[in-house]
Amino acid sequence: MEANKNIRVVVGMSGGVDSSVAALLLKQQGYDVVGIFMKNWDDTDDRGVCTATEDYEDVIRVCNQIDIPYYAVNFEKEYWDKVFTYFLEEYQAGRTPNPDVMCNKEIKFKAFLDHALSLGADYLATGHYAQIREENGRFQLLRGKDANKDQTYFLNQLSEDVLAKVMFPLGHLEKDEVREIAREHGLATANKKDSTGICFIGERNFKEFLSEYLPAQPGEMRTLENEKIGMHDGLMYYTIGQRQGLGIGGPGAPWFVVGKNVEENILYVEQGHDPKSLYSDGLIATQVNWINEDLIQDTFECTAKFRYRQKDSRVTVHVLANGDVQVLFHEQERAITPGQAVVFYDGDICLGGGTIDKVLKNDEELKYVG
Amino acid sequence: MFFIQPLRFRFYFNKVLENLAVLINHEKRFINDEEGTVFMEEIYLDHAATTPIHEKVLTTMYQIMNDTFGNPSSIHSFGRKARSYLDQARRVMAESINANEKEIIFTSGGTEADNLALIGTAMANKDKGKHIITSAQEHHATLYAAKYLEKQGFKVTYLPVYPNGQISVDDLKKSLTDDTILVSIMTVNNETGIIQPIEEIGDLLKEHQAYFHTDAVQAFGQLAIDVKKLNIDLLSVSAHKINGPKGIGFLYAAEDVLINALQYGGEQERKRRPGTENVAGVVGMQAAVEIATASRHERIEENQRLKAVFLQTLREHDVNFMINGDEELAVSSIVNISFPGINVESMLTNLDLSGVAASSGSACTAGSVEPSHVLVAMYGEGNERTTNSIRFSFGLGLTPEMMVEAANRVSNIIKRLTN
Repeated sequence: MEANKNIRVVVGMSGGVDSSVAALLLKQQGYDVVGIFMKNWDDTDDRGVCTATEDYEDVIRVCNQIDIPYYAVNFEKEYWDKVFTYFLEEYQAGRTPNPDVMCNKEIKFKAFLDHALSLGADYLATGHYAQIREENGRFQLLRGKDANKDQTYFLNQLSEDVLAKVMFPLGHLEKDEVREIAREHGLATANKKDSTGICFIGERNFKEFLSEYLPAQPGEMRTLENEKIGMHDGLMYYTIGQRQGLGIGGPGAPWFVVGKNVEENILYVEQGHDPKSLYSDGLIATQVNWINEDLIQDTFECTAKFRYRQKDSRVTVHVLANGDVQVLFHEQERAITPGQAVVFYDGDICLGGGTIDKVLKNDEELKYVG
Repeated sequence: MFFIQPLRFRFYFNKVLENLAVLINHEKRFINDEEGTVFMEEIYLDHAATTPIHEKVLTTMYQIMNDTFGNPSSIHSFGRKARSYLDQARRVMAESINANEKEIIFTSGGTEADNLALIGTAMANKDKGKHIITSAQEHHATLYAAKYLEKQGFKVTYLPVYPNGQISVDDLKKSLTDDTILVSIMTVNNETGIIQPIEEIGDLLKEHQAYFHTDAVQAFGQLAIDVKKLNIDLLSVSAHKINGPKGIGFLYAAEDVLINALQYGGEQERKRRPGTENVAGVVGMQAAVEIATASRHERIEENQRLKAVFLQTLREHDVNFMINGDEELAVSSIVNISFPGINVESMLTNLDLSGVAASSGSACTAGSVEPSHVLVAMYGEGNERTTNSIRFSFGLGLTPEMMVEAANRVSNIIKRLTN
């Protein structure tokens, strides 16, 4: 405790209950805690109020309650250049990007970490549900104790160097316990609803939001046999495996999105309770990051997640010469979606991950998945 | 009624003063240093934002609040007592700017005074014209009142600001039309401290129908202001910028100025500002005005010394910096400094963490620091000075030793951030 007072920890505070409790716990452990709110997106609501204002107000209230200084920092430009531009480009390419992975990589654990260090911080802390294990000067990323909230999926692009400067004070807690701690201490955010959806879109209609930035090009919906079934509003509005909102219901089995052809602007759909065409047995991932790179072999078995909050599946990973990976599934997987992250685990250790680029079946690329 | 035993009162009061002495400018707290824990002094260099309350102001207010609670509008003895305090204070305000008592309207502060000056006169004089002239570097209390008037059908000209920090009287001359009913130019800019050509503007408007309003919130106590000599029709003052209490200020409006109230209610302030007067605030402001007026020369010299020591120490440390605006045109209490290669948010946070309180531009409601509209007006959008400048402002309770210490800390941070 006494020694901690000379250790400055900057806590990234969003105005939510998780980062509030993270700051509280660090304060209780005696650290020199500084709360900082990141403003990444410039937006005003119907009343002309900057949407970040309410969140910052909550940061102020909590920081005053736990008696730590608070500040804000603006990363709108960095966010636009590094996260939002990528987000739009991926949609334009017919993929389903994961901006949270990119935000962690480029903003929270890069620009924001640099900012924290410029303030003399020894560590950056966030309210993520993940754990860091230090052993003999090496750092590993472990799943959060709360299996349901584990956020290592979004942290797969962090490096060991970054982990050495990071703290996740909530990693050993369950979400319920975090709420309970917040209530016990009467924190202003104790009962605040968790934010949902992508941070910059907030509660708004996703389709409407996207259409403000990308022109929607309606086109045909076809089966894989090229039978025209209907029209789509623009490929970017659909994701692989999607069932709702296709406008082609009616009698019989449901319809699913199974693929996209960006060049010809065709959305592929198939009917059935669980169409075979949604299944695949492998993938190629690019932008691969290994957290402890030197410990990775050329070929190894592990488990993987292809979406957030999905159960792990057993896979065999082949690291290719260019650093990309080929991932072969031990059992067929449903609705593997290009643009999403594939994240690898060895037990509780998060090994790293990459971006799903191609989907394979019987060693061939599934062309219709796009 | 509420009584405090004289002895107990004195005890508490002395305690209050003791604590106050600690609070003003040098609140002590522990920080961590490379050598271990050291005693750190917090140094307040943000006197343009607000000022510590003067001991005498506090004493006066405490006594008034303890002694008088009547409503100045009441016709009984309690009311009369409160009213007499109000009258006395009004005389002091009037004398401080060479106005007469009828010309002083108490307001809740500078913002209300500016709003009342612009909106109140525009609405009352719209049959004479619908054109208003102000500048791009005014305080938001003026700028946003002008924007509101634009929505109400008035035409507003925003005069440009030059890199020296001043507007040009020539530009003003060219903008004046027969339709112009009001010119609002601040006496001293709150971010740069640059004194505006108020005298020339007053001269120019002598023969014009337009009223001349000046926001003197930063100037009061720094410059001698004679509204008659300077031909000023409306002038705003705030108490908390001159070591007085928050929540009180006044608008001077010359007797012949037509002005509408913005609020509806009682007949206080000659119907120009309804609402029961903030008697303790007014009396506190009176004390602050008396002190500011009596000690103006010493304060200017003192601030000059503080500023000089601060800048000299920065130079001794070879800190790379430029002063925004023409140094010769600035009041002694403010200096706005551009530090090439630094980022305002990081700098201000670092300064605060090292115990130096300063500021920059205006924070957005979500806390992040936006480029200052004043520096944008002076240097143009995108100029690096708009994102690397810090305002330091000086006043009561600071010593040359504190300025050396503050400059040392600034220098350490700059070196850390730019290396």
